Amino acid sequence: METIHILYIGRHLEILETVIRLINANENWNGVGVMNDEEAEEIFLRKDFSLVLLGSGIKEESEAELCTFFKNINPDVSIVQHYGGGSGLLKSEILLGLCNNKI
Amino acid sequence: MENTDKIIEGTITHSVLHKANTRGHADHGWLESYHTFSFANYQNRERMNFGVLRVLNDDRVSQGMGFGKHPHDNMEIISIPLEGDLEHQDSMGNTTVIKEGDIQAMSAGTGIFHSEYNKNKDQLVKFLQIWIYPNKKNVTPRYDQITLDLNDRHNKLQQILSPNPEDDGVWIHQDAWFHIGKFDNDFSTSYELKKPGNGIYAFILKGDFTIGNITLNERDGLGIWDTNTIKITANSANAEILLMEVPMEL
Repeated sequence: METIHILYIGRHLEILETVIRLINANENWNGVGVMNDEEAEEIFLRKDFSLVLLGSGIKEESEAELCTFFKNINPDVSIVQHYGGGSGLLKSEILLGLCNNKI
Repeated sequence: MENTDKIIEGTITHSVLHKANTRGHADHGWLESYHTFSFANYQNRERMNFGVLRVLNDDRVSQGMGFGKHPHDNMEIISIPLEGDLEHQDSMGNTTVIKEGDIQAMSAGTGIFHSEYNKNKDQLVKFLQIWIYPNKKNVTPRYDQITLDLNDRHNKLQQILSPNPEDDGVWIHQDAWFHIGKFDNDFSTSYELKKPGNGIYAFILKGDFTIGNITLNERDGLGIWDTNTIKITANSANAEILLMEVPMEL
């Protein structure tokens, strides 16, 4: 089965590490986490992500700029707000995000 | 838009019924949990949320066991103990115990870590874990816990949560109001919604109820929207109900 690449952006390191660990516990999902916008844009140019998860601590302006950047590069990418910072909602958000374009 | 909200001769026109035995179920040995909405490995596209109410978990934790340190962000998390003592520790320095009659609220905001353990060596701890989407992201994390007078819910609805720090109960970052009532058999009352556009989710803690024309049993859930008021009748002695009024849009 094809691997689904997921980019997580969040400002809280320990939550970022937790989310990436949870994503990568799924056989066909590959998660990459970054804390700043420059790194996010750089890695997005290098890898074909199906989904972007926006974690906590990202200001509205940054969020808008990131969404515009990602959509310009790949109009089909799903961008989803991640809530809860852990295992509870992550699977639902990813599964729904892969079906719909959220933003 | 025309308000189609009506309880016509006891008939509710906009509602969703979640019978107790249709909830998701997870048994981890030390933790048995029933999920009203999709959570962790329970995934059901028809059961994602009721407005901003995203998680309603009915948890039972074995003696001395619990949830180890784990993170949360951007969520209003409310715990309502039903039986036993739950020990809480978090990254804000709080170490507390909550028990029946207490309400705990956490605004996870930019990020917190916490653990929850059954403090008892001789009994299960049973509690509800409720997650509400916040109306504001990235708030400063906060913790609150209060003890309520259980007599104040006998044949009346006791407010346990609101958006207002000065109001009764705990407060959260959302236009939500929670009430608990413990009613004698045949006792009836009405609940008037506080904010236009909000919906209400009723969860039966004990016994049997009728809301409008719908009969509910223990651990059933009923969401109602496009209404200003609901009529609630207890159909058994010591029947207990939790009402959660929430915005229907995030």
